[in-house]
Amino acid sequence: MQGSHLLSLAIWVPIVSGLAVLMTGSDRHAGAARVIALVGAILGFLVTIPLYLRFDLNAGGFQFMYIKPWIEAFNVNYHLGIDGIALLMILLNSFTTVLVVIAGWQVIEKRVAQYLASFLFLSGFMNGVFSALDALLFFVFFEATLIPMFVIIGVWGGPNRVYAAFKFFLYTLVGSLLMLVALIYLYTVSGGSFALPVWYELPLPLDAQILIFLAMFAAFAVKVPMWPVHTWLPDAHVEAPTGGSVVLAAIMLKLGGFGFLRLSLPIVPDASHHLAWFVIALSLIAVVYIGLVALVQSDMKKLIAYSSISHMGFVTLGMFVFNSQGIEGAVIQMVSHGFISGALFLCVGVLYDRLHSRQIADYGGVVNRMPVFAALFMLFAMANSGLPGTSGFVGEFMVIMGSVKVNFWYAFAAATTLVFGAAYTLWMYKRVIFGAVANDHVAHLSDINLREFLVLGLLAIAVLWMGIHPAPFADVLHVTVDELIGHVNESKIPVQ
Amino acid sequence: MEFISPLWPAYPELFLLGAVCVILVADLFVADENRIVSYGLTLAALAGTVVVIWANAPVRAVYTFSNMFVGDLMGSVLKLFVCIAVMMVLVYSRPYASLRGMFRGEFFALALFSTLGMFVMISANHLLLLYLGLELMTLSLYAMVALQRDSATATEAAMKYFVLGALASGMLLYGMSMLYGATGTLDIGELATVIGEGGVLGTVLLLGLVFVVAGLGFKLGAVPFHMWIPDVYHGAPTAVTLFVASAPKIAAFAFVIRLLGQALGAEIVMDEWRQMLMVMAVLSLVIGNVTAIVQSNLKRMLAYSTISHMGFVLLGILSGDENGYSAAMFYVLTYVFMTLGAFGMILLLSRAGFEAENLDDFKGLNQRSAWYAFLMLLLMFSMVGIPPTVGFYAKLAVLQALLGLGDVGIALAVIAILFSAVGAFYYLRVVKLMYFDAPEDVAPIAPRADVKVLMSLNGLAMLYFGIVPGPLMALCLYSIQASVTGAY
Repeated sequence: MQGSHLLSLAIWVPIVSGLAVLMTGSDRHAGAARVIALVGAILGFLVTIPLYLRFDLNAGGFQFMYIKPWIEAFNVNYHLGIDGIALLMILLNSFTTVLVVIAGWQVIEKRVAQYLASFLFLSGFMNGVFSALDALLFFVFFEATLIPMFVIIGVWGGPNRVYAAFKFFLYTLVGSLLMLVALIYLYTVSGGSFALPVWYELPLPLDAQILIFLAMFAAFAVKVPMWPVHTWLPDAHVEAPTGGSVVLAAIMLKLGGFGFLRLSLPIVPDASHHLAWFVIALSLIAVVYIGLVALVQSDMKKLIAYSSISHMGFVTLGMFVFNSQGIEGAVIQMVSHGFISGALFLCVGVLYDRLHSRQIADYGGVVNRMPVFAALFMLFAMANSGLPGTSGFVGEFMVIMGSVKVNFWYAFAAATTLVFGAAYTLWMYKRVIFGAVANDHVAHLSDINLREFLVLGLLAIAVLWMGIHPAPFADVLHVTVDELIGHVNESKIPVQ
Repeated sequence: MEFISPLWPAYPELFLLGAVCVILVADLFVADENRIVSYGLTLAALAGTVVVIWANAPVRAVYTFSNMFVGDLMGSVLKLFVCIAVMMVLVYSRPYASLRGMFRGEFFALALFSTLGMFVMISANHLLLLYLGLELMTLSLYAMVALQRDSATATEAAMKYFVLGALASGMLLYGMSMLYGATGTLDIGELATVIGEGGVLGTVLLLGLVFVVAGLGFKLGAVPFHMWIPDVYHGAPTAVTLFVASAPKIAAFAFVIRLLGQALGAEIVMDEWRQMLMVMAVLSLVIGNVTAIVQSNLKRMLAYSTISHMGFVLLGILSGDENGYSAAMFYVLTYVFMTLGAFGMILLLSRAGFEAENLDDFKGLNQRSAWYAFLMLLLMFSMVGIPPTVGFYAKLAVLQALLGLGDVGIALAVIAILFSAVGAFYYLRVVKLMYFDAPEDVAPIAPRADVKVLMSLNGLAMLYFGIVPGPLMALCLYSIQASVTGAY
């Protein structure tokens, strides 16, 4: 059986452009590398647009399916297909890649070709994760993302980059290897199939489900990251170059949330219900405790990293209340967090490129020298605090709505983020942007150039669009989420 | 019933033997500066052997020489890979060996005799023949390790290798004699029949089994019989390490399959050796991976990594079914080519008077040569087992076979996985040195064209078989089915 090639294009266009970029070789041809990378990234984004335009809002199941035998000895197929959730993730990923290539245009000066190629590879691999319907294919792409990210952090990162790169790699490797055992187990009990649609229908006893759930949880919780396995994220973010932070926050974290929706919930629904209290507890700790941790950070990137963890707590909370508002809210929150955290890291990057410091204390009164930047930064800071009218509000509101239905206190604890989020974001904003010009360095700042304006402007449009008119984003989700809820609420424990 | 045994299943061995004799004599008439002639002849002999193997590959097992010798598909496939591996060793080691006075007739003759020993091991259907092949292979290896007479470390390594190897051979022989005492036969097929029928004296059989497994452990280099591996790998000239670490592992795999899978494959004894293998496999994974972390010498690090890889191979074998055996076979083949690449890279970076064997010698390789750094990156990630490299599928196949064992299998799989995550650390350190650090050594890297091409193919093969692992996996499964489990 064959099918649509659109998803294959979304995966392979960035990877092939990445190879083309690598061909340019040394830094003598850095200009050529940049142009090829930009063309590749834009092409990669353009090929995903037909996915949205041709997506059938009313059809359930997976669309744009493509299947071809890959490893026949194991009955593994190159099996692609997306639902509404994956569609949004692919669009977000391809869009962010374009921004990251533009953002690294002048900033990266050494080994430009390798830098840009790494991002293009990463983009292709992540599209692969989002569109894989074969568990082994999913895993292959999931793991492959580690290699470029390891190199990105380690080569172009800050002073402590080696430690951060290793921590990032080993944390995620241990988690995902445990998941591999679960995948092979499922392959065995399903009679030799890695196809996710087959696994969705597979009856499993509760104790097996719980073990599988925990193994998958190890992989996805590290990726999200959930408290208490979040500690790699601040290190990785602080040390990564701006582009690396953006991709990490905007998309790589979503691999974890996406994994829960694609694998955990539908394959082991009873275990998900059984252990929901556990996941919800960890999510609420992330929302409240990590929110407080963010408050005391003196490093801007670290602050945003902790804010990411706190916001991702919302995502996992929304997923494990098992109703449509919760799950839709979680997905919307993932997309919105992709825009906002990406934008915030880019804002910090703008400042860092000029002053080479991420410490809040080194800034003050930036608005006097960079008014345009200050205005955009303000918008993203507000969005991060969840101001209505920005994308940050929509997801959080839906998740809170969803959790009220289950337990008032879940919602209450989650809602504290509206206070803490506003507190740490706006307090940082105030200290960096307002006040008198803090020192000579700040006095010599120049406002953002056209390239930076373009990147931040595009993100600003996205944030506002999603905040004011979220329907285009939410519409693709309804049918998918309803189906998912159907899977989750149907027990798979075999009847004795 | 044929009265005269067919000779054709043994054509590869006969051809190789003839070729070695010719080379041995021809080399006498070649002056030192023309040694390239012997080198060319050796490669030609191996290439010829490949053709002979290809032309004579039997689909069904064919027995000859009074059932002492078997020609089967698994044997042919393994011999084919042995030939390829030995040819790669010769190409990689040529610049290194000629700079160090090792580019001589002995080197080629010993390499070919050792290869012949591997062939005999692979095709033996009789314990004595198995032993003969083993001795032919290892005696040549001892001599090769000691080839650099003036080097104290090489001599010491050869001595250790010889003493421990002889001890292992003794154990093996002792075990075989007990098997003979218990069953009255040394023929692999008959052994399996006699044991399968039951009624064999349990204690003697078990005692023999213990000795045989201990001997096998030595040859594979599994903990607690691993002591020789780091010293030999470290002490031997890198060109020889490359040889010791690669092709003999394929032969050792065949050895284990013939002995455990075929001769002792009956259910009653399988449970016994399975438990021993479990202990050895887990210990190998733990000690290999943990000890490798603290090494600063790349050859030593790779030696410990070999031990951990052998743990994985044992895990595949102890699964005891066709999935397990074929997973182990796939693992051994990928291991051999990963090792060839990694040691080949050490040879490539070494030059006259300088051995690039310390981890620090790889610092900043990316800035010295982005291409070789990338190839080494692929090799290292393949050793970790990260997709899309072939190492991932090797581990996957083994894990998949393990889960067939039920709860014990799951526990073993989890242990294997946790320790391969530990192992990831030291492979990643190599990547870190190459990519994140600044170079200390700035000598230009200009390998010969043949090495360059072969090394590129070797590295890219990790990626190619990572994207298209199907055919090789199917080949392993098919040859195990055809030769061992008899599904065809």
